[in-house]
Amino acid sequence: MTDFIFLLIKAILWVAVGVGMVPFIIYFERKFAGFFQSRMGPTYAGPWGALQSFGDMAKLLSKEDLIPDWADKPVFRIAPYILFVPAFITMALIPFGPMGVEIFGHTVDLVIADFDAGVIMFLALGSVAVYGIVFAGWASNNHWSLLGSLRSGAQMVSYEISMGLSLVGLIILSGSLSFVDIVDAQAGNFWNWYFIPQIVGFVIFYVSSIAELNRAPFDLAEAEQELVAGHMTEYTGMRWGLFMFGEYVNMVVVSAVIVTLFFGGWRAPIEALNFIPGFIWLVGKVLFFVFMYMWIRWTLPRYRYNQLMDIGWKLFLPLAIANLAVTALIVSVN
Amino acid sequence: MSGAPTNGHAHGAEEVHRPTLEELKERKLYTRQRVHEGQETITVSMGPQHPSMHGVYQAVVDLDGEIIVRTRPGIGNLHRGVEKLAEQMTYHQFIPVTDRLDYVASFAMNHGYCEAVEKLMGVEVPRRARYIRTIAHELTRLANHILWLGVHIMDFGAQTFFLICFRDREYILDLFEMVCGARLTHSYARIGGVSKDLPEGWVGRCRSVVDFLPKRFDEYERLITSNRIFNKRARNIGIFTSEDCNAWRITGPTLRSTGVARDLRKDEPYAAYDEVDFEVAVEYNSDVYDRFLVRMKEMRESCKIIRQCLDNLPDGPYLADDAAHVLPLKKNVLRDSAAMIQDFMHVIHGPHVPKGEVYRAIEVPKGEMGVYIVSDGGPKPQRLRLSTPSFYHGQAVPAMFEGEMLSDSVGIFGSIDVVLGDCDR
Repeated sequence: MTDFIFLLIKAILWVAVGVGMVPFIIYFERKFAGFFQSRMGPTYAGPWGALQSFGDMAKLLSKEDLIPDWADKPVFRIAPYILFVPAFITMALIPFGPMGVEIFGHTVDLVIADFDAGVIMFLALGSVAVYGIVFAGWASNNHWSLLGSLRSGAQMVSYEISMGLSLVGLIILSGSLSFVDIVDAQAGNFWNWYFIPQIVGFVIFYVSSIAELNRAPFDLAEAEQELVAGHMTEYTGMRWGLFMFGEYVNMVVVSAVIVTLFFGGWRAPIEALNFIPGFIWLVGKVLFFVFMYMWIRWTLPRYRYNQLMDIGWKLFLPLAIANLAVTALIVSVN
Repeated sequence: MSGAPTNGHAHGAEEVHRPTLEELKERKLYTRQRVHEGQETITVSMGPQHPSMHGVYQAVVDLDGEIIVRTRPGIGNLHRGVEKLAEQMTYHQFIPVTDRLDYVASFAMNHGYCEAVEKLMGVEVPRRARYIRTIAHELTRLANHILWLGVHIMDFGAQTFFLICFRDREYILDLFEMVCGARLTHSYARIGGVSKDLPEGWVGRCRSVVDFLPKRFDEYERLITSNRIFNKRARNIGIFTSEDCNAWRITGPTLRSTGVARDLRKDEPYAAYDEVDFEVAVEYNSDVYDRFLVRMKEMRESCKIIRQCLDNLPDGPYLADDAAHVLPLKKNVLRDSAAMIQDFMHVIHGPHVPKGEVYRAIEVPKGEMGVYIVSDGGPKPQRLRLSTPSFYHGQAVPAMFEGEMLSDSVGIFGSIDVVLGDCDR
């Protein structure tokens, strides 16, 4: 029973942190975008405009929920949820502290679900999220939306394989598919982290994850300048807000996965710093990668969708295979 | 261009590869996708409210997948009947209307109109006024190209660059505000000169701006010219050879990107362009990327021209002393009875204009702007015809889009620099 209560508390806390970060990440994104563009960003709502996201949310909630007559209504309604529910499930797999911690006399593992096939689960959930975009585009019955969702589908096919393969080298090194084991395998100082032996895998995974998140320079499904708003063209009010929300939750989750796989998860970069709770390290590293996404988004132009596929198939796939072969060779020689 | 990164495109260097017309035609065929007749298409309407259609241009596009099969352009959403308006106004009154043609480069429009009217009336413009006009025109060109650059790069998805460019454009708008009080619709040119003399301290400030801007252009080049994604996106799309440009009457930077060094500032000099030293920016690959390079070069040349004009700025009157055709100086109107009568006659009746027809074209930032005036000897034009570059560029859009991808179409449309006020008139 206590196990269940602790599980519930962990789940609620972790989801609350994930959800609670989103308004601030949106705020930071707008603030950073402002600084990159030599302007102020939001300043009006709250101190330094920090409450801007909450104001936006109130506005979105109070807006009329329009569903076009020609839309496929059940699919139209369900699409935003398909986008962000997998993100929350992925969050359950991320360890945010050591296993077997004593809290109030109970031994608690600081992870919601230590799933044996965590990495596979994450990849599978990532593929499910794309259906949110595909459904939204198809159900809207609008040409812009349709083009956006078709692009999104094509995009998924071209990066998913290299994304999966880029992780195989890491799995060989750690000998496990569980996120908890992978973090444990990176114990020690930061030179034990996997981004050093798996730098190629990391780069491929990171770039592919931008495509997975539908962010610039790979925001082809949304492509404001070309497709108006892509799959979100017909969405209004909070349904549109859910897409936005899903995008940012996904960003947090994928950053957390990157941190867990390549950057030691909740572990401190130097062992001497381990007195700071792992949770803080995890959130700090996640925020760093979220910032990287923002930096890239506000700097680079967008790729054309066939160029993205070129990168996926002609560059990343061979590289990922080579990375896998070299890693396997070195591991087997040792 | 020294010091600017060139990333192997080898422009400005000796070993520039200049593709021949045949090569370009072949490349155009190769880069554009063949579309099968009878292929089922979907139709989307880009514009007039599409986020990346600059202004209220409408392109109804038939798509085969992402390939554009055919385009039906729709213009006229901003039609204001400017040419008809001209027939109801005296030659002086029409100047502010010309601002509203190409509102991004309004001084260039004033200038083109005034040059034509001066040719009709035979007014001799004082040397100082010609220099001031040259400076103002080049500042306009800078403002236009900087704005164009930001919007064009944003078409490719880089949103930050847009605001960086907007900030730099402010410096130029500030200069205009100092000199004529307006930031966008300047109405600065007058028949026979300009409306006001340069204010005190303006020359120094202008010099600091044109010294500062090239440094910004270096930064643009670092950010864009060698950017991998921009190179991949902009090279070899929207190829439009010199032959096509002639067929569609495309002028300006788009024509110069095909290797044709046609620039009215050099070919038929007006204002003070025959007294300054500058180069005509030419590129050879005829694609979107080269149009970008041409405009980058032009901006540097504009800075050079302005610097020379500021160095050699002559003293003297800024408005011609010609009572029959030119408005008097405002400061004299309330003091001098002759000036007052002159002012009264010009405002109530209009200038004295000989009978005749005149055509005058100048190089405005977007291309060649021609003004054709038929005068019956009255104070108002009998017929005034404007041939503005955006109209011709806009009509070539279907030919440019055919066989290109939807993603590239916005970039191609941006690269020819259409302003709808200029197009619809």
